[in-house]
Amino acid sequence: MATKDVKVNDPMVDPITGEGRVLAPGHTFKSVTEKISRIVLTPHTPIGWFAGFLLASSVASLVMIAVTWLFLKGVGIWGITQPVAWGFAIINFVWWIGIGHAGTLISAILLLFKQTWRNSINRFAEAMTIFAVVCAGLFPLIHVGRPWLAYWLFPYPNSMNVWPQFRSPLLWDVFAVSTYATISVVFWYIGMVPDLGTLRDRSKSEFGQYIFGLLALGWRGSSRHWMRYETASLLLAGLATPLVLSVHSVISFDFAVAVLPGWHTTIFPPYFVAGAVYSGFAMVITLAVPIRTFYHLEDMITLRHLDNMAKVMLTTGLIVAYGYGMEVFMAWYSASHWEFFMMWNRMFGPMGWSYWVLISCNIVIPQLMWLRSTRVSPLKMFLLSFVVNTGMWFERFVIVVTSLYRDFLPSSWGTYKATRWDYATFIGTLGLFTTLFLLFVRFLPMIPMSEIRMMLPQAKVNPESEAVHEAGD
Amino acid sequence: MPIQEGTYGLLAEFDTPTELVLAAQAAYAAGYRRMDCYTPYPVEEAAEAIGFHRNNVSLVCLIGGILGCCAMFGMETWVSVWGYPLNIAGRPYYSWPAFVVPAYEWTILFAGLSAAFGMLAMNGLPTLYHPLFNAANFRNGASSDKFFLCIEAHDPKFSLTESREFLARHRPLSVVEVEY
Repeated sequence: MATKDVKVNDPMVDPITGEGRVLAPGHTFKSVTEKISRIVLTPHTPIGWFAGFLLASSVASLVMIAVTWLFLKGVGIWGITQPVAWGFAIINFVWWIGIGHAGTLISAILLLFKQTWRNSINRFAEAMTIFAVVCAGLFPLIHVGRPWLAYWLFPYPNSMNVWPQFRSPLLWDVFAVSTYATISVVFWYIGMVPDLGTLRDRSKSEFGQYIFGLLALGWRGSSRHWMRYETASLLLAGLATPLVLSVHSVISFDFAVAVLPGWHTTIFPPYFVAGAVYSGFAMVITLAVPIRTFYHLEDMITLRHLDNMAKVMLTTGLIVAYGYGMEVFMAWYSASHWEFFMMWNRMFGPMGWSYWVLISCNIVIPQLMWLRSTRVSPLKMFLLSFVVNTGMWFERFVIVVTSLYRDFLPSSWGTYKATRWDYATFIGTLGLFTTLFLLFVRFLPMIPMSEIRMMLPQAKVNPESEAVHEAGD
Repeated sequence: MPIQEGTYGLLAEFDTPTELVLAAQAAYAAGYRRMDCYTPYPVEEAAEAIGFHRNNVSLVCLIGGILGCCAMFGMETWVSVWGYPLNIAGRPYYSWPAFVVPAYEWTILFAGLSAAFGMLAMNGLPTLYHPLFNAANFRNGASSDKFFLCIEAHDPKFSLTESREFLARHRPLSVVEVEY
């Protein structure tokens, strides 16, 4: 990728390949450990962190207020009604789950493909997954109407002698999302154990040693342990890969198994998964750009990372574009009156504006990523990530609302208008997500130290050269 | 666990992974078996050097996955056919294609949990105490930038003086005796 705009003596560019470096040169095992663990172990929390935390947690309190009011009054405070019985709750659920998927993609699929550049962004992308799943999981729970009975979704022997109905995609969803949440947490925690060991050994405070000591489970870096650990990581990655593909496929079944025009299509699973990865990578960039600036991690989260993530986004964005194209094509090719009307209504009906917001945010504007100057510009990528996530939110809005509000019978047509409680819940989860993320950044190692050490040139074992060296002594 | 006293082993500290691997290979060649390397990141060659070639994590994972799949598929079949049969639009009670999805998810769930917790169990973790942490240089370096080889006292070939001499020949930064 050697192009004219690359400076010849730029230390961040590998002179042999001409590609941007994944890690700045000159790091040692010690400097990597110092730099990453200092963020957690410092007794001086940066003032900016407090400012961010204050802002994020005040926004998060919106969700508390909105949910409390919801529990008191019921789902009638939302804009949902007939025929649009699935409103913001399902849109936000799908949007958040989708955002989580990039974390798993980075931690699992890129690990299997031996993409070592992922190492520095892997941990916080996984954390992002977990927090996104937390926000996502909230919505179906509060949408069921009587959330205190949400455990009825699970099969368990009960005095009513009633069991769930396993032929429903909504129940598949319960298992897909709960498995996804569990495996993500386990994968994330197991990945963190060696680093927690490092923090235990380096912590100066009694309390820190105690807490990190418990969390590290007694990790001591034995090579037998490491080998089992590596096998387990690979297995978890191998399992998380089909899992992440299945989760969004199952979520798309919630729609695709229904007979509603606009939902009943076979292209949904792959195009949902691609969209999920697309929005997830956008969210990784939204988080990575401020973090690398704030904590001065430019030498570990490099422009090469931005460049690579932008390429993944460009690719998945094009897959999504193909999905949109196919939907339009099938509406015409199916020769179904209902499908055709649905598409026309989606584009030019009363809510047609949302379709064009989606097309411009998801397809038109992201084409800027073909330019290298965009891909390696943190500011441009930061702004673009917001555009893409807005677009992806509108994709779910278009799928949910514009398919539902005018279906087969004109007499049952209606409209949809979100209420202030819908907005409060959604904006509140954005605050909740940011709050959780800020806590993670402050109290846990956000870059995997052991994996970064592995990437250093001195990490390689070279018995041959040593033998020669010894003979020359 | 009986209270153990005396020497746990001899701990040699190295600066680079290569020195560690060479020392471990030599120790294995000299007949030592009860020993372990400690590194701040996975060093495959070190495990090879001490004769640790395969582990059973994959097997545990496979068994877990099969169990999860059977458990969920069995439960779905029992619930839908015997436990609480429901007529949903005339579809058969035993609608196995629909049962595949939750069974698939539980395969992954059980396999993943088995791999993670099986790995921890086989590693003997969590553990609250280990004699190696009595060595100050181990606490300082093993999890950040130093490489260790520990020959354990219950190795038949272990001798405090000879093993110390043996380790000293491989240019370690230090050799310390670790107490229980």
